[in-house]
Amino acid sequence: MNPNYLDFEQPIADLEAKIEELRLVGNDSDINITEEISRLRNKSVSLTESIFSELTPWDITRLARHPRRPYLLDYIERVFDDFDELHGDRAFADDPAIVGGTARLDGQPVMVIGHQKGREVRDKVRRNFGMPRPEGYRKALRLMELAERFRMPILTFIDTPGAYPGIGAEERGQSEAIARNLATMSRLKTPVISTVIGEGGSGGALAIGVCDRLYMLQYSTYSVISPEGCASILWKSAEYASQAAAAMGVTADRLHSLGLADVVIPEPLGGAHRDADAMAESLRAQLRQGLDELGELTIDDLRQQRYERLTAYDTGR
Amino acid sequence: MSNWLDKIMPGSIRSDAKQRSSVPEGLWKKCPKCGGFLYKPELDKNLDVCPKCSHHLRISARHRLELFLDPEGREEIAAELEPWDRLKFKDSKRYKERLSQNQKNTGEKDALIAMRGKTLDVPLVACAFEFSFLGGSMGQVVGEKFVRAANVALEERIPLVCFSASGGARMQEAILSLMQMAKTAAALERLREEGIPFISVLTDPVFGGVSASLAMLGDLNVAEPYALIGFAGPRVIEQTVREKLPEGFQRSEFLLEHGAVDMIVSRHDMRATIARQLAKFTGAEPPVIDDEEGEPAVTPAEPDAQAESDE
Repeated sequence: MNPNYLDFEQPIADLEAKIEELRLVGNDSDINITEEISRLRNKSVSLTESIFSELTPWDITRLARHPRRPYLLDYIERVFDDFDELHGDRAFADDPAIVGGTARLDGQPVMVIGHQKGREVRDKVRRNFGMPRPEGYRKALRLMELAERFRMPILTFIDTPGAYPGIGAEERGQSEAIARNLATMSRLKTPVISTVIGEGGSGGALAIGVCDRLYMLQYSTYSVISPEGCASILWKSAEYASQAAAAMGVTADRLHSLGLADVVIPEPLGGAHRDADAMAESLRAQLRQGLDELGELTIDDLRQQRYERLTAYDTGR
Repeated sequence: MSNWLDKIMPGSIRSDAKQRSSVPEGLWKKCPKCGGFLYKPELDKNLDVCPKCSHHLRISARHRLELFLDPEGREEIAAELEPWDRLKFKDSKRYKERLSQNQKNTGEKDALIAMRGKTLDVPLVACAFEFSFLGGSMGQVVGEKFVRAANVALEERIPLVCFSASGGARMQEAILSLMQMAKTAAALERLREEGIPFISVLTDPVFGGVSASLAMLGDLNVAEPYALIGFAGPRVIEQTVREKLPEGFQRSEFLLEHGAVDMIVSRHDMRATIARQLAKFTGAEPPVIDDEEGEPAVTPAEPDAQAESDE
């Protein structure tokens, strides 16, 4: 088993290992095996298509957490120009679980804010696995208000298991930090677009996700509690996570059908981690379109539409 | 009467209880903090505050509003809102069944009650969470009712007070319940922009999605004594950090010390304190508070046992 592949990706991994092997043999010898390689490549594509056409909500949850999935910084370098990271909440600390800064999208100045998980062990720990503490949310709030003052649109990127449940986080007011962001974001006088690029874990995700447009990558998830958490409370065991994921409907398609996600951005075949460049290009194009749409609204209309979106109620009748 | 009561009760009371077979069950209640056995009628008179250790026991939403509002001119807001199972959620039981079971047990349609009324003649809108209804969890009806209550406050330009008691967002409404956090926060931000005061009263317990939205957004955050309040539950934190939590962690007193709440107010002083404060915010004359207001029916004895027996 290759730890960089999920179990349902394993047949694809095996096939690709074989192709790689043949390719190396091909380089060393005169035997023409191009035909064989291209046959296997086609097979790999159709195998991937068939596996990815039958993903369960739990499979998608695991794809959203895939160890090779592109993180915010991977997208920042591909989507934006002139990114300058800005640090700190001006009160306590800088939280590396949230990255923020100014950048340009096709020349237009924007504020970029999002969760950042770490890639290698040391980096994972430094970034606290993408679980922010109150100072992370307060940094995000500071940057959002900064963007508002200078009329820069805000682009947030969600990828977190949730806000960090720790002693210090509670002491410094994790609840208040999240609540304050929700309230302030609801009235910001600048467009806000949020994109779920991986895991949308509960209040810790929403705290940078109150927006005018919500986009989700095809294999991202957004939920009120992790499937494991839900399962351990309602089914009394985390082993029922796949049932909980299905019951809660955590996938991008489900949120789109509920009218909560505006756009589902398709991922490259096999998921964003198979082609980060292509994924970044689709993301960039969608953000561009969103900014153009929102740019046509007056600030008053923008705020009114956001309020209506946030307070909508479906009576079911 | 159950066996355990026979064992601990003095003989005289026991025989009395046996003679009167019509004595309703649950005439006694155990204080979750000091473990003392409390006589219900006495407890009622004392606003469900333990006469022995002053612990504030949980009370129902409707009872809460009855205690808080003046008797005259109460008017319920959005009482007609009914929950429905948009996601067709099912775990070991259907959400639909859970709803009807909780409705039957509590007599309420969902976990929030809102009323327009007065407190010591100060007009206001008050709402309260019903913790016995699915742990006071916030789903779409709770969110909508809260916003309608806020809108009444906004239209009539009177303050909003909310007594929260909730485990957080309602899992059975999944992502839809998460969105109620943003919804309630947005409504409160409007009040804030319009200069309408909002007082959040945190009562035992407040966690998760309710704590991380409306409950922490008061112009004043007020807590009842010794209420358990936080973002993540103590068990989750203990599992995450793998160390023992400090004494009194996430209690009201801990929150006061760390600057999360403005004050701790006992249930007996709640009406007077909030009315007095709101009158200052709105520039009204101080409310007339008579001598009996806030007088405990029973003088609390010094707590003799510090034993904490949290459920």
